[in-house]
Amino acid sequence: MTQNPETAPLNPAEGTDLDALDQGTYTQLRTARNEARLELDGTWHQISPRYVVSQILQNVLFIVVVAAAAVVLNLVLHQQWVWIPAGVILLITVFALIILPRQAKAIGYMLRADDIVFRKGILWQRMIAVPYGRMQLVDITQGPLDRAFGIAQLKMVTAAATTGVQIPGLTQGAAEALRDTLIHVAETRRTGL
Amino acid sequence: MSEPQLPPALNAQATAGESPETLANGEWHRMHPLTPLFKGGLVLIIIAGIVIANMRDRLIAWAVDLFTPEEAHYDNYGGADPVDWVLSNNLILVALLSVLGLAIVLVLIFWFVWRFQQFRITGDHVEVRKGLIFRSHRRAPLDRVQGVNLTRPFPARIIGLAKLEVVGAGNDANVELEYLATPRAESVRADILRLASGARAARHAALNPQAPAATPAGVPTSARAQLVGSMNAGVNGLIAGVDLADVVPESVVKIPTGRLVGSQLISGLLWFVFFAAIFAIAFGSALIGMLVDGDTGGSVVLLGLGLGMGVPMVIAVVGITWAQISKSLRYSIAPTPDGVRITYGLLTTVTETLPPGRIFAVEVSQSLLWRPFGWWTIKINRMSGKSAAQQSSGSGQQFNVVLPVGKRADVERVLGLVLPDVPAESIPQLWEQGIVGPVEGDPYRRMPRRAWWRRPVSWKRHGYLVADFGLLLRRGNVWRKLAVFPLARLQGVSLSQGPIDRTQRVSGAQVHTVPGPITGYLSGLERADALALLDDVSRAAAEAASKDTSHRWSEHAAAAPAPPQPPAPPTYSGPPPAVPPLAPPAPGARPAPFAPPAPPSALPAPPSAPPAPPASAPLPPVAPPAPPVAAPPAVPPVAPPPPSQAPVPPAVPPVPPTTPPAHPEQ
Repeated sequence: MTQNPETAPLNPAEGTDLDALDQGTYTQLRTARNEARLELDGTWHQISPRYVVSQILQNVLFIVVVAAAAVVLNLVLHQQWVWIPAGVILLITVFALIILPRQAKAIGYMLRADDIVFRKGILWQRMIAVPYGRMQLVDITQGPLDRAFGIAQLKMVTAAATTGVQIPGLTQGAAEALRDTLIHVAETRRTGL
Repeated sequence: MSEPQLPPALNAQATAGESPETLANGEWHRMHPLTPLFKGGLVLIIIAGIVIANMRDRLIAWAVDLFTPEEAHYDNYGGADPVDWVLSNNLILVALLSVLGLAIVLVLIFWFVWRFQQFRITGDHVEVRKGLIFRSHRRAPLDRVQGVNLTRPFPARIIGLAKLEVVGAGNDANVELEYLATPRAESVRADILRLASGARAARHAALNPQAPAATPAGVPTSARAQLVGSMNAGVNGLIAGVDLADVVPESVVKIPTGRLVGSQLISGLLWFVFFAAIFAIAFGSALIGMLVDGDTGGSVVLLGLGLGMGVPMVIAVVGITWAQISKSLRYSIAPTPDGVRITYGLLTTVTETLPPGRIFAVEVSQSLLWRPFGWWTIKINRMSGKSAAQQSSGSGQQFNVVLPVGKRADVERVLGLVLPDVPAESIPQLWEQGIVGPVEGDPYRRMPRRAWWRRPVSWKRHGYLVADFGLLLRRGNVWRKLAVFPLARLQGVSLSQGPIDRTQRVSGAQVHTVPGPITGYLSGLERADALALLDDVSRAAAEAASKDTSHRWSEHAAAAPAPPQPPAPPTYSGPPPAVPPLAPPAPGARPAPFAPPAPPSALPAPPSAPPAPPASAPLPPVAPPAPPVAAPPAVPPVAPPPPSQAPVPPAVPPVPPTTPPAHPEQ
């Protein structure tokens, strides 16, 4: 977890085990092949493959609804133009569906000695480091489908509006362990803001 | 509960060393009785406007009649209005009575509004409750205060009222006390800052008797107190309201009016050119169209166009420029023990107090037009506690300008004030390498040559440097900018790399901080530099945050081992008086850290107890701190706790002093 032997390792909160972070997740991070990609030393924790299933289901439902609405408009009200916006929406959704598994494998987070690093994206890669002491609150949200699949989204809020780190598709246990750890560490390192 | 206005003779009382009557005693107080007049004044103005509109014809007729008695006659005025009606129906008495009744009702409403608007300052919170039907009760913790603004809006200023705004961190998080008499507002401000600073009333009551003991010269008590007060550095002086009533304080930087007007006129010139360009395009196209059509009667169109567009544009330019100038006039910035105090405004004066550690980013910038004159401006990012809509308004933006225009010397002094962590000797370096541009042996990590097209003009300047005190971003060549992000308040760093970046082996980076005029975006950094930024900044930020003592600033300054000059407040030249009084009351006074906000006059025992030993024997103040340090070698009362250990939660101030007595007992 910590790449640096000199720095003190991150102490998890009492009663939480960080092993939960790696149970039932992807094991191989997907990154760009170019050597110039952004890389950090250390191990990335990844998200659950169930996130992809849940997202695919949501997208398929969305496609069905859009297609149904378009068909109804076309057949009942004889509106031909409706296929243009519906087609654009469907194309975008299908494209998102295709790249979704790749995207999900590129999402990762790393708990370092002083901060948490979150990464996502393959072609457009983004990495954000948030020092533990700056976290104002940690938020877990769960939609109905997420609950069915046992996954949750964890959101970290700092005083800056732009940091907004959201880790989707954590397993229930990982989300809770991560939240408890983050809050524990944040409390011990907090300053004014 | 509500007490009359403070007597103006409070000054003498305060300088005599006694604790003055303070409003921060945990009791509910009322605002100034004239408050509803200014808050509901808009309604009155509207009513007056309607009345005047009704009377307008009559007034005009009367005026005409007065000045030209021969040509027009009052009798010719045939309009019917209420006055005619009243006069013709012989209802003068009824009309007067109803006006009187209206006035009484208004006064009653005002009285109720005033009666139900109260504020209270306890040791930990400032609270405001108001409203009769829709009640609101707002309560803000004092240790999260981001600043205190004292605004004297123009009409209220004439009769000596001021509005106090306690700035919180968040959206719409400000607590407003409006309106208070100016001396009272100043005293409340001092109380709030004093309590927010974590210094307890007892400690400050002990300040004056303590002072002579700490000064080796042996200045008499009263003289010392007066000196402290006159230097604007004494808390008692602040409470008594000695600070800038309308006297500008011992200002570090003042801007000559000529320079201010000139700088804003140059900026206005830019607007003028912009509008003139639009105007010329419109005019030219109309002219061309006219010539092509061969229409000779188009001169009217041209005239209409000229007037219709030109006049509003000139008004806009003049208005913008005047607004900028009048807001920045009489600008001054001065250090106080409770933070940097900025005063500005010609008609509406605003006094802001920014406690240390509430500034999230500082940027020095210069536009091309200002370069020949060597003028610079300084902006900051801070928690303004305002909603986004309020922030985008003009007055909200003003709160972000720390130095409207200044030369190099001014910039260096202001930087020293707003960035107390920056060592004085490194400011010239900051200037040479950062602000003015790359020099030989540039330490900044810059954009590589191959990525030049991202910033064709400024790529040689575009870069960052991680210093001990902060992260420096140097950007822009036409608009030269240097941004300093204090590490202790950095909210995060992110990198982003697209496919084109990757083929060029570069990466974009962004430094995250609270919303404000300063953004932290860098593009086209060398990949290794970007990754180093991500690594170094987090580590340095965590280190700096663990050392940061600005949370409750004077508490830490006081608890520091006893350096003659506490590091946190830059110009706090006062003695470290809190060290001796801390030790004696610790066992007894521990359970209630904030007991002393009760009125010191009513409860004289705790405040006067600590200073007693030093007052009787002038020398010992140096000795008392020694035993606690020596007794427990493991727990020295040092302000910055080691970062790896769980630091002391900041909300529990007296932990370091109380541990020493605990050890000898065992």
